[in-house]
Parts: sequence; C-alpha cells; structure tokens
Amino acid sequence: MDLSYGPEYDDFRAEVREFCRNHRPAEHRSRGIPGVTERPSPEVLAWQAKLIEHGYAARTIPREYGGYGAKPDIIENRIIQEEFLAAGLPLGLSNQGISMLVPTLLEVGTAEQCTTYIRPTIYGEMIWCQGYSEPGAGSDLASLRTRAELDGDEWIINGQKIWTSSAHVADMCFILVRTEPEAPKHHGISYLLMPMDRPGIDVRPLVTMTGDATFNEVFLADVRIPAKNIVGARGQGWHVANVTLKYERGMLGNAGQGQSGIKGLVELLQEETAGSARAMDLDHYRDRLLKLQGRTLANKYHGMRLLSQSINGEQTGVEGLITKLSATELAYDIYSLAVDVLGETGTLYDGSPYQAERDWQKSLLGCFTGIIGGGSANIQRNIIAERGLGLPREPRVRFDSGRWELSPSASNKGGN
Amino acid sequence: MHFGLSEEQTMLQDMLRRCLEERLDLETLKRTAGQPCDPELWRALVELGVTGALIPEDYGGSGLGMLEAEVIAEAMGRSVAPVPYLGTAVLAPLAWQLAGTPEQRERHLGPIASGEHRYGVGLTEVAGAPRQFGKVTLEGDRAWGRCYFVLDASDASHFLLTANGDTLVVIERGAEGVSIELLNDVDRTRSFAVLGLERTPFETVGEPGRAAQAIDALLAAGRLMLAADTFGAAEVMLFRARDYSMERFQFDRPIGSFQGVKHLLANMVTDLEPCRSLIWYAAHVFDAEPAERVLHACHAKSLASEIGKFIARSSIEIHGGMGFTEELGLHLWYKRIEANRQLLGGPETVRHAAAVDQGWVQPLTATAT
Ligand SMILES: Cc1cc2nc3c(=O)[nH]c(=O)nc-3n(C[C@H](O)[C@H](O)[C@H](O)COP(=O)(O)OP(=O)(O)OC[C@H]3O[C@@H](n4cnc5c(N)ncnc54)[C@H](O)[C@@H]3O)c2cc1C
Repeated sequence: MDLSYGPEYDDFRAEVREFCRNHRPAEHRSRGIPGVTERPSPEVLAWQAKLIEHGYAARTIPREYGGYGAKPDIIENRIIQEEFLAAGLPLGLSNQGISMLVPTLLEVGTAEQCTTYIRPTIYGEMIWCQGYSEPGAGSDLASLRTRAELDGDEWIINGQKIWTSSAHVADMCFILVRTEPEAPKHHGISYLLMPMDRPGIDVRPLVTMTGDATFNEVFLADVRIPAKNIVGARGQGWHVANVTLKYERGMLGNAGQGQSGIKGLVELLQEETAGSARAMDLDHYRDRLLKLQGRTLANKYHGMRLLSQSINGEQTGVEGLITKLSATELAYDIYSLAVDVLGETGTLYDGSPYQAERDWQKSLLGCFTGIIGGGSANIQRNIIAERGLGLPREPRVRFDSGRWELSPSASNKGGN
Repeated sequence: MHFGLSEEQTMLQDMLRRCLEERLDLETLKRTAGQPCDPELWRALVELGVTGALIPEDYGGSGLGMLEAEVIAEAMGRSVAPVPYLGTAVLAPLAWQLAGTPEQRERHLGPIASGEHRYGVGLTEVAGAPRQFGKVTLEGDRAWGRCYFVLDASDASHFLLTANGDTLVVIERGAEGVSIELLNDVDRTRSFAVLGLERTPFETVGEPGRAAQAIDALLAAGRLMLAADTFGAAEVMLFRARDYSMERFQFDRPIGSFQGVKHLLANMVTDLEPCRSLIWYAAHVFDAEPAERVLHACHAKSLASEIGKFIARSSIEIHGGMGFTEELGLHLWYKRIEANRQLLGGPETVRHAAAVDQGWVQPLTATAT
C-alpha cells in the first residue's frame, strides 16, 4: 500500500492550489444545471474559458481542437478535483457533449468532425443531447426503430425519441437511427450528428416527478441533415453507441458521489431534533447513519483501488462493474435517512417555508435518475452477473399463438 | 500510488492458501471438528511464518504489519482453518509489544514466534458482551473470578485476559486454580471456553491500570482480523454458489440463468468487493495512521458481518436442499461467519463504538452487576 501520489506531483498540486487561491468565478445565480437544464450564462462560459486556458478543464483535449493538450494523467485530474473541492470552486462543465460525445469523437470520429465540434462543445457554447431511447427501445436499446434514409447527400430521419435530456436547450443531438432495415438488429444502426434547428424536429418537454422539465420527447418528421454527419461507417452505429456508453458509465459510476451526501447527513443528525432528543442521540437513526458511513467509506476506498489499478495498468475484473449499482443504491439510502430524520419537515419541497436548508426530498427523488437511467439497476445486475461472474443470459420468450414460447436468443444488451 | 497487496503480500497469500488447502480437505475438517489444532498443521504454519508475522526480527519474528496479518486471517477464513490464529499470532504479540516491558517482550515474544506458546484470549469484558457472565478480580498477586468466551481456549498454553478494563494479565494454563469449561459453539472450527480462576497467580502485561490504550488497540485488531476471516469465508461461499448455479439444471436451464438467482449473485459480489477495499484500507491505517484504527476496524467488522451474513445465507439458499446438508459441508463456512459476527461485538455494538470514537455520543456506562 502506498497511498501517496508521489513527490513528482507536489509541484503540480502547489500550482493548482495557487490558482484556486487567486481565482474565483463571477457571481451567478441559477436554479438549473448549466449546460444540462439551461444554457450556460456568460459568467459560466467565462469561467470555463479560464479553466481551459490553465488546463483545469479539457485538459487532455488536443490543442488543435481547442483543448489544453496535456498528456492523460489520472492523478493530475484527481489533484485538480481535490483542490477545487477543498477550495469550494466549481469544476469545469460536465454535460453529455463534453463527457460523452467529445471522447467518442476523439476515439472514432474523423479529423473534420473533431475540428468542427470539439472546440465549441468544450467551451460550453454547443450543447448536445443524446438521442438513444425510444418508446419501444429502453433497456433493449438495439431494438430502436427511428430510421434514416440516404437521399443524395442528405439523411432523412423519421421517428421518435424519448427521455432525451436537455433536448430543449440543445444545439445538436447524437442520435441512433436504423439505416439498414434488412440487417440483423445490431448491424442496422448508424450514429448521426443532428443539428436541433432543422425543420421537422418537434421537442416537447416532459415534466419529471421532481417537478422540473429535464427531459423531452423528440418527434422527427422528414428531418434532413448532411450525409457526412455520420460517426463511424453505415451500420456500425452500435459499436459507436457503446463507445459513448462506456464514457457515460464512467461519468455515472464516479465513486466520489456518496461522500458529500454522508457529510451532510452527519451534520443533519447533529443539528436536528426529534421530540426533545437530538437525532444523533437516538439509537435507531444513529445506527442507520453508521451503516451508511461504513458503506460510504468502503466505496471511497474501492474508488482508490480502481484508480490504482488503472494507474498501474492492472486488469480490472468484476470489481470495476459494480460501481454504478453500488453508488446509486447507497445514494438512495443516504437521502432516505435524511428525509426520515426530518419527518414531516422532510416532505417540504422546493423552497417551502420551514424547509431544511438542503432540499433532501428533491435529492431523494433525483435518485431515480441513477436507478433507471444509464442502464437500470437490473441491467447492471445482468452485466455484473454475465460479464463479471460468467453466468448465462436468460433465454428470450415471445407470445405466439396464444402462449409463451422460447425464442432463439440473439444479440447483446446495451442499455444506455 | 498503489492501493492493494504488494507482490510479497500476494506471494504470502498464495503460499498460505496452498498450505491450508492441501491439508484441510472437507473430510479432515469434519473429522477434526471440535478438536485441538493438528500439531502438524501448526508446525507447517509456524514454518511459513504465521506466528512470527507481527513479531519484530529481533525477537525471532519477521516484523511484518497488519496488512500481512489481514492476508493471513483472510486465508484462515477461506479454509475455515481450525487454527488458533487470532489469539496467538495477533493479539498476544500486540499485547506484549503495546503494553509489555522490554524484559517481558524478550521473554515472551520468542516462544510465540517459534510456535511453542499459544494464547487463549478473553476480551469480552471490554467488547460489549453480556457482563453478568464473568468478571476477573485482582488482589495482590492472585486473580479470582471467571472470564467468559475465551477464544482459542482448547489449544492454549497461556491466557491473555483483561481486568477492570485497564489491565492486561497473562495466566499460565497449568497455574493454580485454573479451570477450563469448553463451550459447545455452533462453529466447531475454533474453540471457546469459560475460564475459571481461584487464587490464580498471574503476570501483569506492563503496569496494572495502564493498559487501556493497548486494550483499545487489541480490540480493534481483533475486530479487523474477524472481518478479514469473514471476508475470506464469504468469498468462498459466493463463488461456490456461482459455480453450483451453472452446474445445477432445473426446467432445462442452469439455475444461474434465472434472474432470481443471477441477480442475487450480482448483489452478493456488489457488496463483497467494496468490503474488500475497506478491509485492506483498515489494515493499512492500523499501522500507518493509528488515530484511524478504531473507526476503520469497527466499520470493517460491521460491514463484513452484514454482507457476510447475507452472502452466507444466500449461498446456502442457492444450493437448495443440498446446501442444508451436513454432507456438503458448506455449513462450516456459514457457521464460521455467524460466529465471527457475534465475537468481540456484534454489528450494532461495533457501530456504536465507531460513533463513540467520532465523538458523536458518549460511551455507554457499565451497569454494575
Ligand atoms: C433522468 C433520466 C434521464 C435520461 N436521459 C436520457 C437521454 O438523455 N437520452 C436517452 O436516450 N435516454 C435517456 N434516458 C432513458 C434511459 O436510458 C432509459 O430510461 C433506460 O434505458 C431504461 O429504459 P426504459 O425507461 O424504457 O425502461 P425498460 O427498459 O422498459 O425497463 C423497465 C424495467 O424493466 C427492467 N428490465 C428491462 N430489461 C430487463 C432485463 N433484461 N432484465 C431485468 N430487468 C429488466 C428494468 O430494470 C426496469 O426496472 C433517461 C432516463 C432517465 C430516468
């Protein structure tokens, strides 16, 4: 065990710390999440530009595409995160364009696509949405039916997407469409880049159970986009889609997530009273808190172990597949305890009088994002069991002439 | 940065696993249940350095640390080894080093490293167990009373006990007035006893009344080792259930293709892996950051106890009727995990200790009996 990052990083840490001491973003008030539920304000854009200039955002994106151009180094990223967190400074923007599309383009896009899209995306000027899910294609993503046909040098897109986060603020959409209807399910898909200002696109916001409109239905009727807006080859979209999903899982399984929840929870139990007793003095609440603290610590050190594996080029087995399931279940249990401790006050919502300082109820509702989105909890269990433990996939069934029949199992499961 | 076992630690792990697997097949485990440790097995473990791991080289050991002790404990649990490891190789060496005088270390550590002395350990007085069962009183150079649930008792040449919560004493097995009443525990791979003392001479480890801190460290070490032991046993139970679920066919399918089974296994491994990381970290800070010892040992014990129980129960269930039989032997692992859960403080007790350690609440005051 050697948990230090090594003396060679001391200078880098000092440099980041120095930056944090001397810079602060301009005041900016917002109810939404910049680049996700609303367009980033000028203050947010200015901060993003400053971070890129110093290499604290878009650090490893090549200079020719507008990034800082540093060599990939996980430890440097870690240090940036740690120092910004300690200084209470906001990190660079993270959204579906920056965290998912940009690395996908770098991995499988053309140089022209990289030149066109990466710079405006990392500067927060170009907002992307992810057009994967459809009413009939959720966990079984490869069954998607939105289609595109080539007409001269244009694709014509028809169909419907759903649950499309930030489509109402987005400039662009990376969208999965069926281009080879005759090919087997996974071989007939293409990955297109669709400007959202084209005629024929109808975005209808869907209000979620939190009361916010964060995702949308997107109807597509004869939408025309240039033929060159395809990533990878025709019919290779499933592969590209999975490249993006890899980056999405990386973003969602971030082991650091539980840490801020537990800190707030400890403070809550120390401050809140139930009857005349401090919540912390009540055995039932305190024991639940301690159980959650144990799981939070375990996840924290587990994150260190995975980090160490990737730094040292060690192979990661099943332990790398469990993080999303583990983190989302833990978050749900943490927020549940906070609401339980608050009791009736825990039901207060969205700035109600007498509400606790932190909107725990909203955080609790928000947990469904992680439980359902990005590959639902059960899809994670399938992945862990099949890829991690080597268990067989379950057979498929279909309803045929009034009864259930086994159908020959095909295909691979995606689940975005 | 490197989080995990070093090459040497992995070698130690492989060696130990091999040694234990070779000597402890199911038949042997069943035959020796409830018996003292097999002398040949003990010799082999002494030669591998198990008893000297935590003893400095000057005293005949190899001067390793808690992470190595964790690796050994995990291997013991993995093989449900009927070996008095915890008392002799971990708690006794730590007690002499943390509280003993230089002269005592000189006299006592060598025979531990060489495998000659074996220690039964009674910490229940300070570990939240029901106190009414026993209390040791010291008067002058003699001890009276009873100590409840002494670990590794049947093999012991010496007993390490706490008295008054702040004093550690060692008693020789053959000393005047010692009586040993073996208990019939559900876990037959290790032995537990009630120790009776009647005008028994003892040796104080260091100074009387000065061992409170050492006792805290011993308790933390014991809890951490039990967590590792549970982890080793639980990992076996998980992978046996995984293997069985691919061999056993029902409804023309391997039972592992039913999501009821498959998702249970996914949940088991999702719990197990972060627990491994926590236990490794707890072992690391035991030596590297003593202020973090108690908190992390308590959490390791709590989490391992909870997930161990879940995995043990689920593994038996996945094996169906076969899992419930004596013949299959899976119950040995189940019972080891169950016993570890209760020893040196159950999950609620150790979580309470973690709360006290963080200053969230006051310690419970003992109610005199
Ligand atoms: C907040 C949020 C934001 C989202 N943003 C986007 C976005 O930007 N772009 C986008 O394309 N999509 C987005 N999604 C959609 C998301 O990817 C899907 O909701 C998800 O893939 C599940 O699909 P579904 O909703 O159709 O549920 P279904 O696939 O119908 O699943 C319903 C239930 O059945 C279970 N289930 C399904 N298949 C299996 C199986 N094989 N084994 C066991 N259980 C199974 C699931 O676990 C779930 O509990 C978002 C979703 C949420 C909640």
